[in-house]
Amino acid sequence: MEYVAIILTNILINNFIVSRFLGICPFLGVSKQIETATGMGIAVTFVMTVASAVTWATERFVLATMGLEYLQTVIFILVIAALVQFVEMVILKTSPTLYQALGVYLPLITTNCAILGVAVINVQEFYNFGQSIVSGFSAGLGFTLAIILFAGIRERLELADIPESLEGFPIALISAGLMSVAFFGFQGLFSAFLS
Amino acid sequence: MRMWQVFKNGVLDENPTFKLVLGMCPTLAVTTAAANGVWMGLAVIFVLTMSNLVVSLIRDFIPDKIRIPCYVVVIASFVTIVDLLLKAYQPEMHAKLGIFIPLIVVNCIILARAEAFASKNPVLPSIVDGLGMGVGFTVALTLLGCIRELLGAGTVFGIQVLPAAFEPAIIMILPPGAFLTLGFLLGFFNWAGKRAKQLS
Repeated sequence: MEYVAIILTNILINNFIVSRFLGICPFLGVSKQIETATGMGIAVTFVMTVASAVTWATERFVLATMGLEYLQTVIFILVIAALVQFVEMVILKTSPTLYQALGVYLPLITTNCAILGVAVINVQEFYNFGQSIVSGFSAGLGFTLAIILFAGIRERLELADIPESLEGFPIALISAGLMSVAFFGFQGLFSAFLS
Repeated sequence: MRMWQVFKNGVLDENPTFKLVLGMCPTLAVTTAAANGVWMGLAVIFVLTMSNLVVSLIRDFIPDKIRIPCYVVVIASFVTIVDLLLKAYQPEMHAKLGIFIPLIVVNCIILARAEAFASKNPVLPSIVDGLGMGVGFTVALTLLGCIRELLGAGTVFGIQVLPAAFEPAIIMILPPGAFLTLGFLLGFFNWAGKRAKQLS
């Protein structure tokens, strides 16, 4: 039950992009085509899930046992950077096809605040190991859903007749705002079910 | 003279929010009120100036290959300092900004300035560049915060501005309002810039 609540919250109710504002840079940067958006989404979901597991273990067995919680930011960002590098090398060795699909997105992910964000949220919410992994995975799915939907909108925007001053970022942000309004509809939908 | 140029570049010509469109997460997330924008901006000014200072000092010692991890450690250290300081002296604001304080470490502006400016320039211009970019970021966040607070709650910095008869548009202080405000502001600046060019 708790797991269902975490999944619904991260994907629909408190979507990482449109309501928590985590990972806006790749959301605006890599969303011009559905294909690249899908690649970015899968790469982020993958890294988020692994990062949730690794940062949970780091917090529990290193920082908490040694009383070094105040070093959380420094340690987490180093762990995530090392992890992304490691994932990149593993994928390169094991599956060149997957590397071709995800390779370009992986280095960008280190500075994606959604990854560090999900790690910090897991600690703040006192999630256990299983909950952290589910939280990371569903946050990634929420990110993927939002970026693919947004890429679909932007592909159509290319052909639309919009005022000259609003071309580019402004119209993208306004569409994201409208999408955020749509996601707001989920706020009340599951409230009875979740509580 | 050159220092002034560097400073002005950060505030106006290459304003991180309105011109470079970097560091969007905190920009959109914390600007539900003008005061939040100011404090977030102050935190970023501190981290950006100090990290530019340190990166500029050590720029000749760090090997090129591992420079990015080195910069990240420097930045993360200053973010931790800000985090602890705010928690101690401004606990209310610390609670409001929440997760976005530790996330300053992944704010693209800071790493971008370390890589693009501080790693190539002497200490003094690097400090000025950090200050300029930081002030530009703060001005942008405060402006966004003022607009959203005014339309969404009828107040600015907590002071009632619009008459009580004004029905606040709550959507402005909810997440969609952030996207809409920034989108229309960017559009307005584009329009104003073009108009100024036409007139001159």
